Amino acid sequence: MKAFSYDRAGSVNEALQLAARPDAKFIAGGTNLLDLMKLGIEAPVHLVDINRLGLDTIEPTAEGGLRIGALVRNADLAADMRIRRDYAVLARALVSGASGQLRNKATTAGNLLQRTRCPYFYNTDMPCNKRRPGSGCAAIGGLSHNLGVLGISDACIATHPSDMAVALRVLDATVEIAGARGAARTVPMADFHRLPGETPHLETALREGEMIVAVTLPPPMGGTQIYRKVRERASYAFATVSVALVAREGRIERVAFGGLAPKPWRVDANGSAGEVADAALAGARPTPDNGYKLDLARRTLAAALADAVRLEAGR
Amino acid sequence: MSDLFVTLRINGTDHALSLDPRVTLLDALREHLHFTGTKKGCDQGQCGACTVLVNGRRINSCLTLAVMHEGDEIQTIEGLGTPEHLHPMQQAFLERDGYQCGYCTPGQIMSAVAVLDEIERGVPSHVTHDIGAPPPLSDEEVRERMSGNLCRCSAYPNIIAAIRDVSGGAA
Repeated sequence: MKAFSYDRAGSVNEALQLAARPDAKFIAGGTNLLDLMKLGIEAPVHLVDINRLGLDTIEPTAEGGLRIGALVRNADLAADMRIRRDYAVLARALVSGASGQLRNKATTAGNLLQRTRCPYFYNTDMPCNKRRPGSGCAAIGGLSHNLGVLGISDACIATHPSDMAVALRVLDATVEIAGARGAARTVPMADFHRLPGETPHLETALREGEMIVAVTLPPPMGGTQIYRKVRERASYAFATVSVALVAREGRIERVAFGGLAPKPWRVDANGSAGEVADAALAGARPTPDNGYKLDLARRTLAAALADAVRLEAGR
Repeated sequence: MSDLFVTLRINGTDHALSLDPRVTLLDALREHLHFTGTKKGCDQGQCGACTVLVNGRRINSCLTLAVMHEGDEIQTIEGLGTPEHLHPMQQAFLERDGYQCGYCTPGQIMSAVAVLDEIERGVPSHVTHDIGAPPPLSDEEVRERMSGNLCRCSAYPNIIAAIRDVSGGAA
């Protein structure tokens, strides 16, 4: 690991000042960042520990939603009774991700900012436009069975690995960001993650030196909320395909897919599961290795809707 | 970059250290303080051999920096029981033969103690059928919650039996 200076920030303002130095990074849970630092993929010169800033509570908003502090741990968010009752798709997505140990450390903001799990991003001997802009993409023409089919480009076919983000996207959450000049701004989840285009190293709307301070959920939308995840083992693995679904009376109201794209893939379409899947997958560009994801996405959406129908029948 | 002074509170005792900020909590425990009960397996958060409790919650000590833990209560396997006075979970692993080579065992035991606490506190899991209700204490719940601890000897059935013995449930 490359050497770095370490500072523990006592306030958001102090953290923003410390992070204004070139090549500074915030560390919260550290579960992704330290892994990448050990491999030399991330090499900050200054590390700013933000674990003592507070930002770890879930507060009701004036609009009737919830404001989740950036440092609320994934395990605590999933265990919160308001989340389990009113935003079940989010609780379900959280507990489907990582392990008990990791969920105790991983934070709400860090989860959104985690990097792709593309094997070529992790292999520093191979070209990767995300890790080293302009070096090429080894995944295209390489082993791509778990990579993206939607929203990808000729420069990058990586997926975003988060389950939580898929649920936040279907719930229309917003991300609250503080900047060095003190001004806060909010970005809807729809615009928070960027598509790769020719600049796959630019992954989010977060600008240099900015910090996520909260994620806000709108008032509860009700309906029957399902998160269905398919992976290569029963637990503790990233999604090959996942579906975050809000259904009402057996019909799809909102849906987003994980595991298919560089960002949570929301689909604005109505109709049967088949029709919604057709609309979602119309622009898919599978590789010879990952065409299975198209069929799997269809079946996973149909199964998620069946889960919802079963849940509604049991009420 | 220069070393930093940090005091780590481990199993109820303070330890003053001067550390390179790059040192993980795992390496501080093993290499600097010789608490070698905590094991290094993958060193990337995938195997769970390095599991310790920090302020009562289980974490992977390989994926956190020691300097981030000033003031935290850290508990390792050495603080759980002693050869003369084993913790009930250690006793159950012995009685149920919950290991073969034993390398993953300290991590399994620390994780298992935390799992029973998490179920007690009502923390849901991926297999909790009713996400709005307290999770039940079942083999299915224990298996899912232990998925962050790998055992290459595959002692899993006996690990589950040991945990169920301590939880008072049927094996």
